[in-house]
Amino acid sequence: MLSPEALARGQHVMTVCNACRYCEAYCPVFQAMENRTSFAKGDVLYLANLCHNCGECLYACQYAPPHEFGINVPRALAEVRLASYEEYCWPSFMAGMFRRSGVALSFGLSAVAMLVLWTFVQPSGARGDFYAVVSHDVMVGTFGVVGSLIVLSMTIGFARALNSSVVSTFRWTAIRDVLTLRHLHATGEDCTSDLEARTPWRRYFHHCTFYGFALCMASTTVAAIYHTFLGWRAPYAYASLPVALGSIGGIGLVVGPVGLLAQYRRRDVQLKDSAQRGLDMSFILMLLMTSVTGLLLLVLRGTAVMPSLLVVHLGFVLGFFVTMPYGKFVHGIYRTAALLKFASEAP
Amino acid sequence: MADRARDGHAVEHVDVAVLGGGNAGLCAALAARRAGASVLVLEGAPKEFRGGNSRHTRNLRTMHDAPTDLLVDAYTEEEFVTDLMRVTAGRTDEALARRVVRDSAECPAWIRSFGARLQPPLKGTLHLDRTNVFFLGGGKALMNSYYAAAERMGIRVRYDAQVIGIELVDGAIRKISVREPTESVTVAAKAFVLAAGGFESNLEWLKEIWGAAADNFIVRGTPYNTGMVLKLMLAGGAQPVGDATQFHAVAIDGRAPKFDGGIVTRLDCISLGIVVNKHAARFYDEGEDFWPKRYAIWGRLVAQQPDQIAYAIVDAKSAGLFMPSVFPPMSASTIADLARQFGLEPHTLEGTVAEFNRAVAVGTFNHAVLDDCRTSGLNPDKTHWARKLDTPPFWGYPLRPGITFTYLGLKVDERARVLMSNGEPTSNVFAAGEIMAGNILGQGYVAGVGMTIGTVFGRIAGAEAGALAVA
Repeated sequence: MLSPEALARGQHVMTVCNACRYCEAYCPVFQAMENRTSFAKGDVLYLANLCHNCGECLYACQYAPPHEFGINVPRALAEVRLASYEEYCWPSFMAGMFRRSGVALSFGLSAVAMLVLWTFVQPSGARGDFYAVVSHDVMVGTFGVVGSLIVLSMTIGFARALNSSVVSTFRWTAIRDVLTLRHLHATGEDCTSDLEARTPWRRYFHHCTFYGFALCMASTTVAAIYHTFLGWRAPYAYASLPVALGSIGGIGLVVGPVGLLAQYRRRDVQLKDSAQRGLDMSFILMLLMTSVTGLLLLVLRGTAVMPSLLVVHLGFVLGFFVTMPYGKFVHGIYRTAALLKFASEAP
Repeated sequence: MADRARDGHAVEHVDVAVLGGGNAGLCAALAARRAGASVLVLEGAPKEFRGGNSRHTRNLRTMHDAPTDLLVDAYTEEEFVTDLMRVTAGRTDEALARRVVRDSAECPAWIRSFGARLQPPLKGTLHLDRTNVFFLGGGKALMNSYYAAAERMGIRVRYDAQVIGIELVDGAIRKISVREPTESVTVAAKAFVLAAGGFESNLEWLKEIWGAAADNFIVRGTPYNTGMVLKLMLAGGAQPVGDATQFHAVAIDGRAPKFDGGIVTRLDCISLGIVVNKHAARFYDEGEDFWPKRYAIWGRLVAQQPDQIAYAIVDAKSAGLFMPSVFPPMSASTIADLARQFGLEPHTLEGTVAEFNRAVAVGTFNHAVLDDCRTSGLNPDKTHWARKLDTPPFWGYPLRPGITFTYLGLKVDERARVLMSNGEPTSNVFAAGEIMAGNILGQGYVAGVGMTIGTVFGRIAGAEAGALAVA
């Protein structure tokens, strides 16, 4: 939950910034700030979710540490943002998961999922046929239940994020901004991403990750349609739509997280909220394990290791899904809510 | 290139040495480097606080004959010169002023050529979108871009480098002495650019002029403008320009830090209420003119009050009509309570407010025009935006004089050459920025012109110094 100290830091930086406003052309954080003269908790949570943690405003700030005002907007808002995930979380008693959502927990959950799935494995599976290893009913049942719960949880979280101020007008520009990461390059140049250099790599790697994930979900959806409505059974040919989508998505989901990991390591320590490290790492690593095992599964689906690999892959996918509403994944949900709100505030 | 003198003392040799790492200094360094010279910048501040007062700036005034991608309409040479004549009341060297104005047209392109970015103003409080270009992220972002360009171009920078001695002989500087935290260095150069600012953060110097009152002044910008280079040059026989006793000051929040509080300590509510001194008495027409035009006189007004303090008071009707301040207002439900928070005599302040309220004639309040809300029969009257202070909560802000810059400088010619007291130009000494701004600004100020002078004369000084050094 948002500590009084983190809230006070957020309010302090926004109060100083609002009396200065030199950064107003950088991003929506400052434009939304200028629409306010004081900063209640809901305002600070909202502003925190508009921030991309890029560093432009820190490097430009005449009040940045070691100045006695000690203004570090990216860091202060990162602390608030992490807390906002708990504030918006549903069910609320799961909020503590964010603090515990480290690499060990994610991998542990995945391991448990693998053990459970293992009990459903049918030993005489035909080569290349995943449903012969874990039956279609088990897969649909497991993922259906888990999927419904996470969709419910994240929908409620999204509604909570929106609710701190009502979105009066829906504007498509908000969706565009979400999908293009517009505010990481809205000034005409990319924002600073590692130290004071302006490079597009953070944005590119994020796109690889996001769209890679989206293509993988599309692949699964198409396969489900093939199976359920068309009666076309897996395994699908390399040239088929599900495999094409999954392969391209899977590669994006390898390249993206690896690149983001490299970016993360190079980032200015001044910008990072060290408390968020576990959340970031577990998210990136889980995405990476999902994609790597998925691609391996595709390549090795005709071999004897397929059943084990399938269980490992599904285990990671399940582990990832279970942690979705309580891990870094929600940053996209809450940023979308913030940008919808920002767009509706625009004159 | 560094070597050691016989006593082990480090000696640096360079074509052009630039004293000062603010806007003027960096423009000079970049121009000298473009001219082919090797350049060393001596910045008195540590790296974190580099950039002098430029780190607190936001925009630059520039003439243009037609709309640009950043500026509407036109702001002609004549209009810019007229503005300079008006604010300085004619105390300017017109030839130099015209040079600044003409060359200001090139400043946006110059700035961008080093990767620095300009922005169209969004909704800045001063609405300068016809006359001034804004630095994206402000002056520190501009300085970061200049320093990054300097590094790419092979310009060396020494931080924490305080100039403590200047060897000025026969109208030329041979070498200078520089003190750094761990060593002392002598810098020998073919040409020197002096861009070390004024002396507004030298409290002892201010006290020599203003006595004990100087203890109550707040310095809005860098604590590193000690005026040492200026002092050494004047002692060496350089010709001064500008009134040695004058400075530009605005009224700022009295709770601001002694140095470096910058823009956020500004208070914009004076024209909306009343201002009293420590005796709870009003002393000047708070509604004389639009606030931006009157912004600069209140520093001096407060400096002339006993103990250099004043208190601005508004009531709840003014909430939301002025930019939020970084310090929360003192708030009270009665005038007497507000007086107690200020440490003023409650009955006196109640009397002042009651007298003011009785004198307010009913008008139509409009903060966007010189409205007809005024008092009558007071000394002094408030001539616009006078409304009764009758709606709690009452808000108050303590005011102190916040010094922006000093006017005393070095006399230069059109080539930025520093002149000696006999009127002869020095042969290898050039000046740019606040240290010579008094040539153009004998008094007064107009927003963004300090950065214009620094950029234009920085370029001139750097190009001249560079050409001299590589000749």
